[in-house]
Amino acid sequence: MAAIAGTKSGLVWTVQLSTIALVLLWLFPTVGLLVSSFRTVDQINSSGWWGALTTAEQNEVIRAADPDDNRVADGDMFVVSGNLFDGGTNKTITVWGTSSRAIDADVPGDVAVLGDVDTVTVQTNGDYEWRGDDDQISGRGQRIFVTTQSPPEFTLDNYNTVLTGGYSDGGMTQAFFNTLTVTIPATIIPIVIAAFAAYALAWMDFPGRAVLIALVVALLVVPLQLALIPLLRLHLGIGIGKGYLGVWLAHTGFGLPLAIYLLRNYMVGLPKDIIENAKVDGATDFQIFTKIILPLSFPALASFAIFQFLWTWNDLLVAKVFLIDATGETTVMTNQIVELLGTRGGNWEILATAAFVSIAVPLVVFFTMQKYLVRGLLAGSVK
Amino acid sequence: MNPAIQGLVTIIVGVGGCIAYFYFSNQILDKVIFPATGKHAGRNISRANMVRPWLFLAPAIFALGLYLAYPVVETLRLSLTDRDLGGAFVGLANYQQMMDEPKFWEALRNNFLWLLVVPAFATAFGLLAAQLTDRLSWGNIAKSLIFMPMAISFVGAAVIFRLIYVARPEDQAQIGVLNAVWLQFQGGGGSFIFLKILPAIILVCFAALSAYVVYLVIKPYLQGYKRGGLLAQLGRVIIAVGGLYLAVLALRSTLTLFGAELPYGEPQQWLTIPFYNNFFLMVVLIWIQTGFAMVILSAALRGIPEETVEAAIVDGANPFEVFFQIKVPQIMGTIVVVWTTITLTVLKVFDIVFAMTNGQWETQVLANYMFDKLFRANDWGVGSASAIVIMLLVSPILIWNVYNARKEMR
Repeated sequence: MAAIAGTKSGLVWTVQLSTIALVLLWLFPTVGLLVSSFRTVDQINSSGWWGALTTAEQNEVIRAADPDDNRVADGDMFVVSGNLFDGGTNKTITVWGTSSRAIDADVPGDVAVLGDVDTVTVQTNGDYEWRGDDDQISGRGQRIFVTTQSPPEFTLDNYNTVLTGGYSDGGMTQAFFNTLTVTIPATIIPIVIAAFAAYALAWMDFPGRAVLIALVVALLVVPLQLALIPLLRLHLGIGIGKGYLGVWLAHTGFGLPLAIYLLRNYMVGLPKDIIENAKVDGATDFQIFTKIILPLSFPALASFAIFQFLWTWNDLLVAKVFLIDATGETTVMTNQIVELLGTRGGNWEILATAAFVSIAVPLVVFFTMQKYLVRGLLAGSVK
Repeated sequence: MNPAIQGLVTIIVGVGGCIAYFYFSNQILDKVIFPATGKHAGRNISRANMVRPWLFLAPAIFALGLYLAYPVVETLRLSLTDRDLGGAFVGLANYQQMMDEPKFWEALRNNFLWLLVVPAFATAFGLLAAQLTDRLSWGNIAKSLIFMPMAISFVGAAVIFRLIYVARPEDQAQIGVLNAVWLQFQGGGGSFIFLKILPAIILVCFAALSAYVVYLVIKPYLQGYKRGGLLAQLGRVIIAVGGLYLAVLALRSTLTLFGAELPYGEPQQWLTIPFYNNFFLMVVLIWIQTGFAMVILSAALRGIPEETVEAAIVDGANPFEVFFQIKVPQIMGTIVVVWTTITLTVLKVFDIVFAMTNGQWETQVLANYMFDKLFRANDWGVGSASAIVIMLLVSPILIWNVYNARKEMR
């Protein structure tokens, strides 16, 4: 087969190139976020992330220091001097000017004459000197238009801000632990409940079994939206209110149909002989379940655990309805990001970093446990 | 109490409680209620075995009933009542009020658009990716990279794509890819080829493909025989109508494209352009769901018997004929499953719209409309009514799934 296809080398190349193109297209958005999260604010604002490895050029308008406070007498003249970038940058100035109509009038080192006697000179590193008489060196600082070049620059500062900053600065630490607190019980508890139910549906014979399985299949597709209002009313009514307990219960309930369905499909496929032999030997159903079925079902349990973990970690709706109250102390990462989008929509260094912090854990889980995820998908969808 | 400790306690209490329940309930059943000793031992064992399944099922049935079955009924009831009137029965007034709102119709229209576009493109890209990576030496790596967006939350994806769509004033450097590319076009010959001719070709091809699908679906009727039950007939009609709509839409867009004066050289706020911004949002979901479609379809392609493909090649079929006429028909069942699964995801899409536009600029969808009614307008009646609309849209798939599951069980 492969040999026959291999004779058409043109086609093989087309396939290779199209696959590369497709993969790059699918990776491109995520890579953009990752690269942006490591760039400085200046870099993000001066060029697109795809230019992160090249020198970026940017036009800026900067005012010289306030003359009234900073001028120094020099004979009968006054001088204001300093650095346009206040030091601390590795930008270099290529051209500059003193008028918005000619922003590239001078090169570093030139002396620009503004009026009769007052002059400005700017060096490559941003050092400037503004010199003139009493009258001219007053009022507001002189405007200087510079075209700068900044070499590629990467930083971990964004992660520092996002991981150690407070809630209002876009801090994610609190939200990270809240998400973890929601996720782990909401993943484990449904597995236990579903495993027993799946065993009953797979290996016990009783009237109504077929109806129950049909019911599970039906509930599998019931939209979450239907459950929100009645359950919120219920939780408020019986005193659970908004909080972790409510969100754990909700995730448990919403995860059960998939859990039962996946586990039952898997358990039905286990060899009948083992179970019958165990029964003949006098094992009870409880013993068969814990000693034989549960260990054998590990792949299915892992599949569902990954699904449920990803789903609860990435969830926004359930957390917003059942968990997050007016104080906002129990915010989860997805909600925190949505709030950042509202309040700091333009601060891409914060947004990109916060988003990457939230998707890092699912990505690690995804790449380490991909085998089980794929297996679960196949068991859950292909009939 | 510290939430982390509370979480730990919950795990222990939850898991321990469940296991203790299962263990002790079985013990009580076997030792106390129906002991397998004495003169009724045989009768007791069989009785215990009749009760036991329900012991195993009880927690699950309770949770499913309370968290999924009861809300369906309760939402239906709430949609017929008014919260402000103390929960009085108001008949269909909520539905009436909802129908009078243009936002609802906008949400419904957008949802249908999502339903047509997202499953179609995600399945098509998934099939393409599955076929391309099928016999590649590095196919598994390629697959896992395309599959990766599945792990990313809708909110995370929204941030990722907002970074792509971001627009900045004309005199500043564009940091969004789409605008950076857009500004490369200045209205010359290159722009004409890439922004008019190329999209027109794609749109016409898409229209032709849709028309072809419609033709395939209604072919049995043209030839005068019927196949399949009522449900299958209904499905065919829906596909035919949807396909026709898509074809007409694509052709109309082609005409508008040539008539339109494109604003070359100006950065665009992509998410605020009415109608077309819907497609910019759909791209996000297509990006996420393609990996899912690819994984399932890839497994299905692997399951095709080699002999059928070999026979076709021996008979002189070219690779495209092999793909479209031998492989695709054999995995049609799987394609339908993938399609319906993505359809379900689309119907519930909330996070993407909520995080990217929150339904502004005519991008509202039903799930976000419902959330809006529920938590901003505090109108539980209309909120429930819109949830019921989502349920109605889901129910054909629900019935289809149950029907298939029952058929399989027999």
